[in-house]
Amino acid sequence: MLLVALILAPALAALGAALPARRAGRLAWLLAGTALHAALLVATWVTGPAAAAGGWLAFDPLGGLVLSLVSVLTVGVATYTVGFVRPGDPRAGRAFESCLLAFLAAASLVAVSHHLGLLWVGIEATTLATAPLIYQRDDPHSLEAVWKYLVVCSVGIALALLGTFFLATAQVVGGVAGRPLVLDDLMRHGAGLHKAWVRAAFLFLAVGFGTKMGLAPLHTWLPDAHGEAPAPVSALLSGALLNCAFLGVLRAFQVANAAGEADFARPVLLGLGLLSLVVAAVFVVRQDNYKRLLAYSSVEHMGILALGSGMGGLAIYGSLLHMLGSSIAKAVLFLLAGNIVAAYGSKLVQDVQGVVRRLPVSGVLFLLAFLAITGSPPFVPFMSELAILTGAFRSGHAVLAVAMLALQAVVFIGMGSAFLGMSLGASPERGPPIRERAWQVAAPAVLMTVLLVLGLHIPAPLQRALAAAAGSLGGVGGGP
Amino acid sequence: MTQISDFLLLAIVLVNFALLGATRLSTMIRAVAVQGGLLGLLPLVLHGGPSLHAVGLAVGTVAIKGVILPRFLTWAIREAALRREVEPRIGFVGSLLLGVVAMAVAFAVAARLPLPPELARPLLVPVALATVMVGFLILTTRAKAVTQVVGYLALENGIYLFGLTLTEQVPFLVEIGVLLDVFVGVFIMGIVVFHINRAFDSLDAEQLAQLKD
Amino acid sequence: MSSALASLAVVLLVAPVLPGLIARTKAILTGRRGQPVLQLYSDLGRLLRKGAVYGTATTWMFALAPVVVLATVLCAALLLPLDGRAALIRFSGDAVAFAYVLALGRMALVLGAMDTGSSFEAMGASREATVASFAEPALFLALVVLAVLTQSLSLSGMLGSRLVPGVEGFRMAAAAPFALVAVTLFIVLLAETARVPVDDPATHLELTMIHEVMILDHSGPDLAFLLYAGAVKLALFGSILVGVVVPRASLAPWLALGLLVGGLVVVAVLIGVIESVTARLRLTRVPQLLVAAATLAALGVILVLR
Repeated sequence: MLLVALILAPALAALGAALPARRAGRLAWLLAGTALHAALLVATWVTGPAAAAGGWLAFDPLGGLVLSLVSVLTVGVATYTVGFVRPGDPRAGRAFESCLLAFLAAASLVAVSHHLGLLWVGIEATTLATAPLIYQRDDPHSLEAVWKYLVVCSVGIALALLGTFFLATAQVVGGVAGRPLVLDDLMRHGAGLHKAWVRAAFLFLAVGFGTKMGLAPLHTWLPDAHGEAPAPVSALLSGALLNCAFLGVLRAFQVANAAGEADFARPVLLGLGLLSLVVAAVFVVRQDNYKRLLAYSSVEHMGILALGSGMGGLAIYGSLLHMLGSSIAKAVLFLLAGNIVAAYGSKLVQDVQGVVRRLPVSGVLFLLAFLAITGSPPFVPFMSELAILTGAFRSGHAVLAVAMLALQAVVFIGMGSAFLGMSLGASPERGPPIRERAWQVAAPAVLMTVLLVLGLHIPAPLQRALAAAAGSLGGVGGGP
Repeated sequence: MTQISDFLLLAIVLVNFALLGATRLSTMIRAVAVQGGLLGLLPLVLHGGPSLHAVGLAVGTVAIKGVILPRFLTWAIREAALRREVEPRIGFVGSLLLGVVAMAVAFAVAARLPLPPELARPLLVPVALATVMVGFLILTTRAKAVTQVVGYLALENGIYLFGLTLTEQVPFLVEIGVLLDVFVGVFIMGIVVFHINRAFDSLDAEQLAQLKD
Repeated sequence: MSSALASLAVVLLVAPVLPGLIARTKAILTGRRGQPVLQLYSDLGRLLRKGAVYGTATTWMFALAPVVVLATVLCAALLLPLDGRAALIRFSGDAVAFAYVLALGRMALVLGAMDTGSSFEAMGASREATVASFAEPALFLALVVLAVLTQSLSLSGMLGSRLVPGVEGFRMAAAAPFALVAVTLFIVLLAETARVPVDDPATHLELTMIHEVMILDHSGPDLAFLLYAGAVKLALFGSILVGVVVPRASLAPWLALGLLVGGLVVVAVLIGVIESVTARLRLTRVPQLLVAAATLAALGVILVLR
């Protein structure tokens, strides 16, 4: 019952948010919906509900972690939206809050779905829910971003559907008992699945869901969509949507693992991850639009997640922790970038200087978030990358680990030169710093605190959840 | 029954080549409509005879893929007052040759993915894979936005064709989901196309490539 | 042996009727009465009685060309199993010989046209050569399909074999490659005999001529040879088409011959219908049509090799 409520509550709130004519009413629905969802999620963690809908919906640590991340980020984005002034046509803005809540409902569906067909429907729903969010203004660049987003993601989702069909065929051809496409049955009877079909299925699922996740080579929609969308939308896309797709890839990996095809699945993930890192490193260096820079950084971190998952062992624990850490940091960066765009009126690096002086709170948080995302202690990403690298060396992927470090160094240089130049230096206009409204900085501040606290000490329940999730993927739990 | 299904599958392959070699937008839309119609007839002749479920599926598929969506696309072209020529990036001869290569690859791959004969005709998996590849080819090598939509429809046709092998085994939630989502996805794409028309003068997707690094 | 000889004689005799049939069909479809069906015979007779006129710039090549064309076409006729069983000359690989003997004739024609020294003829020669180079892969792919299906590299084996789906049973699975081959061969026929939509034989506009350019300068007996060779070529390709569609290996000789003539008439009428209904393609689209034909044949190859 709780599981169904997790999906229905935001969905109903989305319908409710479409009704009021005034923005205040819609915002109220938004805040209420996200808060209710967070409360339901806490209840779910505490009570650990049984499977619902004949095993099609279930709550396991892996899905729970992703959903918690989505929920936290949605609350933060909702808070930020209260103070966010959307430029452009107010007529197009009526659906904004509804779409945010619809996205939350779809993400919940993805996280609690243990039927792979239902999971696919959920991911398709997230695409449909977020597309209108990107297209907010009547300008050609934004339209281009939406078009590319829809076309590329639809192709990816179509390929993922083919992969899902292949998996069902693997069950049927292998003569395996159990409900078709239900994750628990797939994993229990994994040895009986037909090997060739499982391999084909994993390939298509990895590429298809990987497209939505932002893995190269089908990542081309990401820089445009994340760069053109309004700041809270970019934060949500980068922090939450990509991870839903990552969950899809991980479910496919779970099945491949259970079928004994881990030796086929791992190199696929490693290849995609490495390619993403290379692409990100190349495009970050000469980037002059700081929102696109952040988008390419997302590609980089998704590549790291894929690499970690492909290496196995401790690296899987590391990549799950990295998912949490980098997503929170990325969301903070995007929200603060929104503040910067509002203050300076430009998305280009060269037009922005002296943020620390002009927007004191945002500037400091921006610098801290930059340090966090590039892996400096004492934030979470440092611990997670350490775990991934340790796992890499332990499982014999030393060359890959070195490559990872080298490419991340390149990204650090690219991002650093841009962001440090933006943050420090003299502000172009003399005068007192801008008074920042609480709504704009509350969420980023809270999230950065969480990142810092977790970086210093991961509480036991979270540690257990991470270890359990890593174990379900064939990895080893427990961090440094 | 089996002969009719083989004939339908071959006709689908021929339509693929027609899609690759078409020079006019209306030809492409008509071709994908014919493909949808052929696809709709297939559930009736697979699995040894029509069941109620198969009839429903057939009617729905023919209605959506064969009639509604092509009409919608034609309307979009007329509304946007597009130039009626397909603008390819590779050239028709090259596209046809790539289509042949795609067919050969599909047959080679399908040889390693066995399906028991009671599930599907031996031609079905190669034709499905080939249609997916042809759809992908059209999507990536044609410049206009509308032709990208047509390519996507062909891609979805190939996936749906493959899904027909599983209609008996897997509950039809997936099939309905596929059709609905295709409908909604293309519908929204059409709306976006419509809006793009208001922002640009033409629906050329190359003009959509301004956001580059 | 005697049936093969008889068939050859009949085909050579009947060939000039076919262009007349095509013209008659076109006329009827466009509401005219049209020329007599046997008009080409009168034309040939008239031309043979006249003297030839040679331009001052031409050399022996120009005079040799029509003779070579006629000779090669007659040689090609010897290689085809016109009676549905076996040709007068047959050996493994004679399919390739058939194609290249005809190519030799075309080459002679092209050289003869270029020999006139006029740029117009040279333009036509290049167009003709382009069409031929695109038609060749289509023809060979179709022959490959037949070769794989009948396990024979000789035209007599391909067209005279009993493996062709016949009156006994119409199996869809084997019929599909044959259907594709038939369509491909029909398009190749249109290309080789310079018919619409590849080339318009009735055009008089310099801009649109391809094959017409080749025969523009010949006169008298030379022109008679070329016209007769064209008609025989049409008959030869038509009989290949008939051989693919209708297997006659197990039929009585007179029935096989009758079916052949009947099939040729059907092919001629079909060409006439197509000429009335479609327009000639733009010159840039002709290679695309031939590549499409080759693609169909390639599809047939993939199907039979599976």
